[in-house]
Amino acid sequence: MTPTLADTATTIQSILQGWSISESLAMFLAAVIHVALVAGFFGLPAGIFIWAERKISGRIQDRLGPTRVGGKFGWLQAIADGGKLIQKEDLVPEDADGPLFRVAPYVVVVSSLAALMFLPFSDGWIAISLDIGLYLMLAVMSLEVIGVILAGYASGSKWALFGGMREAAQMVSYEIPMSICVVIPIITAGSLNLNEIGGLQSGHLGNWIIFHDPFSFLAFFVYFVCATASCKRAPFDLAEAESELVAGFLTEYSGFRWSFFFLAEYASMFTVCGIAVLLFLGGWHTGIPGLDGILDGPRYGSDAYVWTWLTNALGFGVFFGKASVLVCVQIWVRWTLPRLRIDQVMMTCLKYLVPISCVLFLGAVIWPLALSFSGKTTIWGTPTGERAAPTMRLESISSPADQSPTASTSNGETGP
Amino acid sequence: MNDQVLFWIFAILAGGGAIGVVILQDIVRMAFSLIISLGSTAGLFFLLDADFVAATQLLVYVGGTLVLLIFGVMLTASGPFRRIQMSSGETFVGAAVGLLFFSMIAFTVIDVEWETLKGSHSPVTAAATDETGSTSRAIGLRLVGIAADTEVGIHKDRGEKTGYLLPFEIVSVHLLVVLVGAAYLARAKRQETSEATGGDA
Amino acid sequence: MDASLTNYLLIGAVMFVCGVVCMATKRNGIAVLMGVELVLNGANVNFVAFSRHTSLGLDGQIVSLFVIVLAAAEAAVALAIALNFYNNYQTIDIDRGDKLQG
Repeated sequence: MTPTLADTATTIQSILQGWSISESLAMFLAAVIHVALVAGFFGLPAGIFIWAERKISGRIQDRLGPTRVGGKFGWLQAIADGGKLIQKEDLVPEDADGPLFRVAPYVVVVSSLAALMFLPFSDGWIAISLDIGLYLMLAVMSLEVIGVILAGYASGSKWALFGGMREAAQMVSYEIPMSICVVIPIITAGSLNLNEIGGLQSGHLGNWIIFHDPFSFLAFFVYFVCATASCKRAPFDLAEAESELVAGFLTEYSGFRWSFFFLAEYASMFTVCGIAVLLFLGGWHTGIPGLDGILDGPRYGSDAYVWTWLTNALGFGVFFGKASVLVCVQIWVRWTLPRLRIDQVMMTCLKYLVPISCVLFLGAVIWPLALSFSGKTTIWGTPTGERAAPTMRLESISSPADQSPTASTSNGETGP
Repeated sequence: MNDQVLFWIFAILAGGGAIGVVILQDIVRMAFSLIISLGSTAGLFFLLDADFVAATQLLVYVGGTLVLLIFGVMLTASGPFRRIQMSSGETFVGAAVGLLFFSMIAFTVIDVEWETLKGSHSPVTAAATDETGSTSRAIGLRLVGIAADTEVGIHKDRGEKTGYLLPFEIVSVHLLVVLVGAAYLARAKRQETSEATGGDA
Repeated sequence: MDASLTNYLLIGAVMFVCGVVCMATKRNGIAVLMGVELVLNGANVNFVAFSRHTSLGLDGQIVSLFVIVLAAAEAAVALAIALNFYNNYQTIDIDRGDKLQG
């Protein structure tokens, strides 16, 4: 089904048959190719969004933004920025804890990069397809905070320490409502596998989980707020609040190590927006009834390899477009809204977002039950996508066959 | 072969990190060493086909508990308390007792014939995982009392369906109690200090 | 040597012993906590290794899940206590908390 690492290995083995390479070497080559692809995807959105941030912020502030590098619109500004940063001196302050100070940016960038391994860019375009993909992805993303705290502590500066402490408190707190909001699409879809959740939302707009019920509609916005906060983006960027903390945990960093933090920030912006697209906004599906049906239809034929590849490429475009729109919303919010105070940030999370997300969770659990009592299966019509029919577990949750309350609430773990 | 190389990498990191926690004197370095140790333990869990436990280890242990711990370190490790030295006598006694203890465990572990425990059964978790190679579904079923691995396990002899729902609920209530308790402790501290400053004034 | 049960048990033993020594010798309260985490983690390695290599089945993994969750709870309470201790004594050296000695 999904061409993952092992499949790539067998493909490589069959391509290089003349050289008769061993299985472990093919596996190694496949891993190298996957890593290179993921690393490319890691750099690509970061580069695009750094440019977009400069351009959009310029326009919002009635400036032009970058105009020189790479033509009229400054397309190559991100590369120019990178080139400038590489040339800078790599400073380590005297008071800093040398090894920890040096290793902290790597922790941040590696955990941010590793999270992309579990993100399907299109149907089956995923480095590691796991049943617990989403869970593991959240786990890996939560490691990023350790690097930030280490950076804050090892810098040997009180501004950096304050920034690191704020960051620790903020990220650990916002992880709670974010995880609860992530659980809502999971109980709707009955799977933790991101590829599967994305595949379920084929057909028409009503199959997108955001439109599945009112609770998941609200959960999307709560998730997006929490995701913005967990990326340390404004208005929640208290960890690097330059008006009060110089630059927070980034104060002592310069040159390449500094750029690592920003690479990680833009990449994780893309990652959380990608999760939002997959969980709520239909993944790589267009939402146009006819088009999704055509694209999904002949996918698994005997010689539909090129067609599959083409539809996957289109799906990637759709997915990337949706995620980019969400990232642009984050950029827009950053340059529009003023920054909160640290106590307001914590209060927003613990006093408002946690209770709201708990209520949404309860509602999402009760929703299929209420629908089954009213005799309907979903609030929308049946899915039109060709592939949707056999795997459409959105429907089987509250299908007339299992109207008993236990069957509709325990859809998450059963399903042999 | 790949598994063996990975095993030795993770094993050395896990053991080395654990030894680092004991040897290092700087509390922040100790914390980082602990992160390395626990993180590579998650890698060991992956090698043991326990992907759900490994992900939980990363999410709860490394991403949650250790961040909390480092938070505590940063709140308390001011100046002189960052390094609290042990006397050389204490170090010597600690190392000697530790080595003795370890050699005792090691001899026991090596002496026991673990193959007899395996019996005639194939490795269990491999049989319990579904075609995607994930244990999450099997663990979920096991929680509600359906043993996906009955044909190879000792559950056949017990005959009963023993799920883990009750322990699960107890643990969740326990977490709630801990949440309230920790909040109370943190709150009581603030009241006390305000009273203390009020008394001084 | 293959990555058999014995190797995993030895790794678990290393972590366990390091944790015990850390708990016994360190004077920083939070370092003692780290020792506790190491001990629990060493036990977890054993649980999961037994679950993979013997006929115990998934029970070992589930027990280790419970251990992870309870370790999180224990760390939260112990940290609150440690911070209270620090606030009352202005130090984290647990040898100084000897008021009950009389």
